[in-house]
Amino acid sequence: MTPESSSRDRVLGRVRRALADAPEAPEITRDYRASHTPDDPATVLDLLHGNLADYRAGVQRSTRRDLPAVIGRLLAGHGAGSVVVPPGLPEAWLAASDTRRLPDDVPLTPAELDSADAVVTGCALAVAETGTVVLDAGPGQGRRALTLIPDLHICVVDVPGQVVASLPQALPRLDPTRPTTWISGPSATSDIELDRVEGVHGPRTLEVVLVVD
Amino acid sequence: MSGTYLGMPSFPEAARDAVRDVTLRGNLRRATHTIRDKRAGAVAELDDWGRLREAGKRIKDHTLRHLDRYLVQVEEAVTAAGGTVHWAADAAEANAIVTRLVQETGESEVVKVKSMATQETGLNEALEAHGIRAYETDLAELIVQLGKDRPSHLLVPAIHRNRGEIRDIFRSEMSEWGRPAPEGLTDTPAELAEAARLHLREKFLRARVGISGANFMVAETGTLVVVESEGNGRMCLTLPETLISVVGIEKVIPTWRDLEVFLQLLPRSSTAERMNPYTTMWTGTTDGDGPRAFHLVLLDNGRTDTLADEVGRQALRCIRCSACLNVCPVYERAGGHAYGSVYPGPIGAILSPQLRGTASAIDASLPYASSLCGACYDVCPVAIDIPEVLVHLREKVADQGGKGHRLERAAMRAATWLLDHPAALTAGERLASKTRKLHPERLPGPGARQWTNSRDLPDLPAEPFRDWWKKNRA
Repeated sequence: MTPESSSRDRVLGRVRRALADAPEAPEITRDYRASHTPDDPATVLDLLHGNLADYRAGVQRSTRRDLPAVIGRLLAGHGAGSVVVPPGLPEAWLAASDTRRLPDDVPLTPAELDSADAVVTGCALAVAETGTVVLDAGPGQGRRALTLIPDLHICVVDVPGQVVASLPQALPRLDPTRPTTWISGPSATSDIELDRVEGVHGPRTLEVVLVVD
Repeated sequence: MSGTYLGMPSFPEAARDAVRDVTLRGNLRRATHTIRDKRAGAVAELDDWGRLREAGKRIKDHTLRHLDRYLVQVEEAVTAAGGTVHWAADAAEANAIVTRLVQETGESEVVKVKSMATQETGLNEALEAHGIRAYETDLAELIVQLGKDRPSHLLVPAIHRNRGEIRDIFRSEMSEWGRPAPEGLTDTPAELAEAARLHLREKFLRARVGISGANFMVAETGTLVVVESEGNGRMCLTLPETLISVVGIEKVIPTWRDLEVFLQLLPRSSTAERMNPYTTMWTGTTDGDGPRAFHLVLLDNGRTDTLADEVGRQALRCIRCSACLNVCPVYERAGGHAYGSVYPGPIGAILSPQLRGTASAIDASLPYASSLCGACYDVCPVAIDIPEVLVHLREKVADQGGKGHRLERAAMRAATWLLDHPAALTAGERLASKTRKLHPERLPGPGARQWTNSRDLPDLPAEPFRDWWKKNRA
């Protein structure tokens, strides 16, 4: 027996001995709410908008047709000279921008990502009650590092298809076998006298575009 | 637990300097009151908080009751997803496993996201002894590491430091560890955070090994979850080629769905946010995204002893939110260091003596480091009855005897005799009143001095009450 497998037996043995006389635990209750928000798409959208903004994300609403122009304006407005493009991002989204593109089809190195100014992605879901966008590394989102190293992240949310009201509504729609990143506002710290500072290690700026037609 | 804290004096002794440190008390008071007020607001947004709390409590109790089954399930799921699971019975074993895993990569540097489990095992010191340098990347942990200090709060480990102290630490210490602090660094939080960003980014981008803990591990799917704010967690969890996560066995939850409870309870209780800025979830390894090798080290280190105690086992429900610290009048005055453990405050007062046993002075004193006001129980998102466990542990400590308790019993015997002999009591009272100018501020003797070191002796009246009554009313 290797030392580690004997540790496994030791720990499991201790757990079983510790529980030998333990009574069965009371049944799990789930009488909490599945959602705290009226089941009305406009209300849910307004809540998402408000909560994203409350966490200091920039929020824009756009039609599908105007999306390339909105993305182009955001990139230019933040002075982005280069933008990381995840595999599968709809080409049209960047059609109105002349920012230099850095496709990740052949994975960029951490140093290349560090020299990029921005990244544009879609998402898997957005959760209104918490003001969260969830990325699951699907097409148009790319691997997790892409939305971490460049200083500006522009995230496009398809409304209403990708919007849910609450956490209990979000989890069943996500695939646990995929790596997921839940993002609520830009990177932040409150470690110095509890003063909130944005952009310690992740992107300093999060811009969310809600596509609403 | 960690060797760092061995030989700690008992809590009252350790707290003595802290309660007289005006700066520390100011820093702590401001910080704890700010978080507790914000937390109350965030909790009030959910009108089903009580039901979520009950669900969280029951899920944890159910998991603990069947912990063997869920640990085996998480092992199977992580392995099936491409990870490797290791078991560590104690701190030394966990450190040896991690050291070996790092050595096998050929690396001598690792980046770490803040983890209570590896603080508990003293991993950084163990790695250092093998020539491996571990960089803490959470801003507060960085402040603690650079300052050769110890954390004093679960969530905001450098809560005892103000901005001026942090600037001084950055200026004098950063160059020792890598990129020095920028010239002319001021004490504004934005500039200090920027200095940390620059200092750490060079480490993130070259790191090949990351070390983390986890907030939750899902038995059903093998998914690990880390919640954080700064992005240092995401850096450590996604950029290196090898990821090693050291996780206490009590962190398992049965199902993916259970996250809907804990992701509502945890952020609101800890940072008073609807959701923390970043949550990372990963299941084993994924081609082309994140580490190519993933190791999960399941840590016991006293948890099974805690599990065996029918009253005390509820401490294992803890999700490390730190709400109890922020409402505790004792923590607010004494600070985190006095608890002599990586787990300070009310939860530390019940967790540390259970994980480590009550043989040492500090562990025997921790169940007394409380006024039993119950505020910690009220805010606990998984309803741990901390006062109940404190009283239970006091009973255990009293049963094991020891010098302090023998003295207490002797004092009680003397008082009983005095109250049974009224003439002696009257004589004693009169003598005490006549000599009151001569009374010392501190009582002599080892036990009595301990008592008066942290308390003022009451003033004696000019005459005993019974004499006054005879003169004025009789």
